[in-house]
Amino acid sequence: MNTMAAKQGQNVNFNMASAVSSTLRHGHEMTEKVDGIRHVEDAKLSLRNLNFYYGKFQGLQDINFNIPGQQVTALIGPSGCGKSTLLRTLNRIYDLYPGQRAEGEIIMDGKNLLDGSTDVNMLRAKIGMVFQKPTPFPMSIYDNISFGVKLYERLSKSDMDDRVEWALRKAAIWDEVKDKLKQAGTALSGGQQQRLCIARSIAVKPEVMLFDEPTSALDPLSTLKIEELIHELKAEFTVVIVTHNMQQAARVSDYTAFMYLGKMVEYDHTNIIFTKPGKKDTEDYITGRFG
Amino acid sequence: MQLYARRKLINTVNMTASVLTTLLGLLFLAWILAVLVGKGVSAINGSLFTEMTPPPGSAGGLANALIGSLMLTVTAVVIGTPIGIMAGTYLAEYGRGGAFAEIVRTINDILLSAPSIIIGVFVYAMMVAPQGHFSGWAGAVALAIIVIPVVLRTTENMLSLVPTQMREAAAALGAPQWMVIMKVVYKAAITGMVTGVILAVARITGETAPLLFTALNNQFWTLNMNEPMANLPVVIFQFAMSPYDDWRELAWAAALLITALVLGMNILARTLTRGHK
Repeated sequence: MNTMAAKQGQNVNFNMASAVSSTLRHGHEMTEKVDGIRHVEDAKLSLRNLNFYYGKFQGLQDINFNIPGQQVTALIGPSGCGKSTLLRTLNRIYDLYPGQRAEGEIIMDGKNLLDGSTDVNMLRAKIGMVFQKPTPFPMSIYDNISFGVKLYERLSKSDMDDRVEWALRKAAIWDEVKDKLKQAGTALSGGQQQRLCIARSIAVKPEVMLFDEPTSALDPLSTLKIEELIHELKAEFTVVIVTHNMQQAARVSDYTAFMYLGKMVEYDHTNIIFTKPGKKDTEDYITGRFG
Repeated sequence: MQLYARRKLINTVNMTASVLTTLLGLLFLAWILAVLVGKGVSAINGSLFTEMTPPPGSAGGLANALIGSLMLTVTAVVIGTPIGIMAGTYLAEYGRGGAFAEIVRTINDILLSAPSIIIGVFVYAMMVAPQGHFSGWAGAVALAIIVIPVVLRTTENMLSLVPTQMREAAAALGAPQWMVIMKVVYKAAITGMVTGVILAVARITGETAPLLFTALNNQFWTLNMNEPMANLPVVIFQFAMSPYDDWRELAWAAALLITALVLGMNILARTLTRGHK
């Protein structure tokens, strides 16, 4: 049921009013919404009492919500609201920096990812991440893709060739690079580099993909391609995307979380957030009246 | 208007002064090169590379000093480069921001600017005196101590230039830290690191003081690093101040060779860094 409604809302010619009415027409089962946070079932990731600290500064305060599997969840909010911080807790990339720490629980497959016993490298192989700036490695396009695969799998040459092609096709860049796989990844255009980075993440077959403002450094055409791609990826992956662009959140996501000052203000179906937000702050933000 | 005229005058004076001082600096460099080429070229011939350094009053070559310098330099680089690269990696990757890294960095800066004669005396006290004889090994160790801080510094600088996002992107794929460093960060910084090694080689090629206390010199051909070893800088030092014309001519030839080598290595280092920008 959830997926049906979400697909309706996902139409590229997104029309907010009709999206809501179709949601209602399809008899979308409304789950419980407590203090702005919609309870979502079929959670891939469950965040419980999550607090995050940069040294003494608290970046996230008591975050509680479920991220549904095989859906796109968008995190929106003004700069410094903690949306990137939240994303960076999910694959524990903050672990690279001493002084940053998270408390609480992030449950995936019944296990708390924040436990000291979690193998963070295995975790990151399961939860891929695409960054704001394209970051191709200083090696060939082929090696960019095979780098991550080689970490956890031993494939024959032909299997690796297949995997590289599969990932590049999934990231909708195969046709552009198939004749120059041996060339440097850094020689591609910005938009192509970003799709290469997406392919690199896909290649290790993660379960969850995190996007941290993936299009903010790209031109409109490349942005469109990446958005279409994200839309397709949710068939196989759980996607979480941080974006500054509200139209983008409305276009690509099924669920949207609005964050402000390190707290989660509201979390709901994207079409509800953008048409009938339950909180004054959310409404002010999406209508551009914020601050 | 008066103010403007005064500013214009000051500008002219300043510009003239800086151009003149630049020319003065370049003049000395050109002068050195001119003298070296003038006196050195006539001494360059085939026997330079085949004959040994001669006893006073007879003709000879620099074969033993050339092979000695080559062996000393290569050994020093083989000892010093891995240590410098690993320590530089520690500073840039593992110890970043830590108090211990800060101490190591400061000590390295001191070592970087330490007079080379002190390094020579140190190795003399630690190796030559206990062993009772000068040796190629002692020379190589002294030169390696000069190589380490240079390579360490450039390695750290070059690794610090690699954007953090690159490390995050590799870590986000599930790569452990050593893999991120070896496979991604080093690849991004390799030209700069190689440049550092080349500059270190250029630096030790002309070092004389540390070798006077360690490898000293040897009139004969030897590949045995346990014996005293001939090398170009010490040959120049001894021959240039001698009263014998043959020796002085060889010293000029050796000086020209060293200068050409260092110049060549600097140009190589420059083209490497430029090619990657």
